[in-house]
Amino acid sequence: MATTATPQSVEETVTESLVNFGADADAVNRDATLEDIDIDSLDLVELTQVVEEKYDIDLEGSDFKNIKTVGDVVDLIVAKVG
Amino acid sequence: MRDVVITGVGAVTPLGAGARALHERWTSGACGIRDGEAPCADFDATDHMTSKEARRADRSTQLAIAAGDEALADAGWDEGLPYDPDLIGCVLGTGIGGIATLEGNHDSLRDTGPASVSPLAIPLMMSNAGSAALSLRHDLRGPVFSVVSACAAGSHAIGTALRMIQHGEADAVVTGAAEAPLTPLSRAAFKRMNAVSPTGVSRPFDARRDGFVMGEGAGVLVLEAGDAARARGARILGTIRGYGASGDAHHITAPHREGRGGARAMSVALSDSGLTPEDIDYVNAHGTSTQLNDRAETLALKVVFGDRATQIPISSTKSAIGHLLGAAGAVEAVATLLALRDRIAPPTIGWEEPDEGMDLDYVPGTARPLEMSNGRPPIAISNSFGFGGHNATLCVQAA
Repeated sequence: MATTATPQSVEETVTESLVNFGADADAVNRDATLEDIDIDSLDLVELTQVVEEKYDIDLEGSDFKNIKTVGDVVDLIVAKVG
Repeated sequence: MRDVVITGVGAVTPLGAGARALHERWTSGACGIRDGEAPCADFDATDHMTSKEARRADRSTQLAIAAGDEALADAGWDEGLPYDPDLIGCVLGTGIGGIATLEGNHDSLRDTGPASVSPLAIPLMMSNAGSAALSLRHDLRGPVFSVVSACAAGSHAIGTALRMIQHGEADAVVTGAAEAPLTPLSRAAFKRMNAVSPTGVSRPFDARRDGFVMGEGAGVLVLEAGDAARARGARILGTIRGYGASGDAHHITAPHREGRGGARAMSVALSDSGLTPEDIDYVNAHGTSTQLNDRAETLALKVVFGDRATQIPISSTKSAIGHLLGAAGAVEAVATLLALRDRIAPPTIGWEEPDEGMDLDYVPGTARPLEMSNGRPPIAISNSFGFGGHNATLCVQAA
């Protein structure tokens, strides 16, 4: 069941997931790089699983090619949700 | 050939976190079995690693990480590796691997479909996850892999590590084994084999024994080339004197009736160590508490040790912690070493009724001082036998 997405709700979902994966809650913000908060490719695959189900979207590995920051991740998902 | 010394040990067992808890509590007669199982009840992974590291590890690997941290600190490696990382290996054993991860993901697959299977499923459940985790955590870049031989895996891992150092492939190897098999599928499967004790009691070599009690845990040892360890001034706990391995080629689960393969593993370990039966002061038996194993092991000991068999104290760690499957050999190597260090034979807890033809000294009741014939540090063998007819015996001497 897809959930209605706003940029704010997507950011909340992403933040909650990244913290759940072990990122420091105080360090997660739009400008933080994934490297800074120790989020790697396996975490992104897990995040993909969460948001695909929540927003009924499809993300490919190549979608993450130029993703560097938490903000990039949020923007990618918001764009996919449309 | 280079001698191979033990400089650090670590364990997480049903008797608590730490090699010390295992040794001291078993020696004092404590038993970690509750309601027919032997869990590491107080183990909380996040006491030993970050929540991220814990998420990236099956429970079996979490146990290995905790035991590994203890072993490396015990070896004095916590301030940094003493050798070139390229020359430090890691060989861990397991019987099954990450079965809780496998079962949980299979539940997800069945209940909600393929998209709900975790991307972490494979790296968590793979049988080599333990050695991979310790290699990553401690920057061990020499030969790194896991060995799988059911309930002999821990001893095979240590034996393989011994050879690696003897042959110069590595100057040191972090070795041992881990298992976390207390899951619905594994419980049901072992029960269906009639391998598990229906009464929930582990009493190896006792006439009333009726199967093993399944437990979980990990044991890790730091092995170093003796010359390198002495050069760095390491505290040396003991020596792995030798190792013997064999296959029964008899039956997929039952041991050979006369313990043919077990006897050969012991004989090979003795000759590999340059020792005779008269040199052995203590036997840490495989002693599972099954009818077949304990009788076959007794017969094998009689074949190898002859008249000396009745004179050596023989006890089973499984009387105190149940059967840790693939981790058993590693945990028992730790227990054996610490018993030798303190010159004692820990007891086979619960042994009371002798079985016909099984007349060895199983150390009933309480621990007792070891008697050494010629004043040198005591020497023991530790046996591990696994389904598939895999047998491995380690020969250990205290410092």
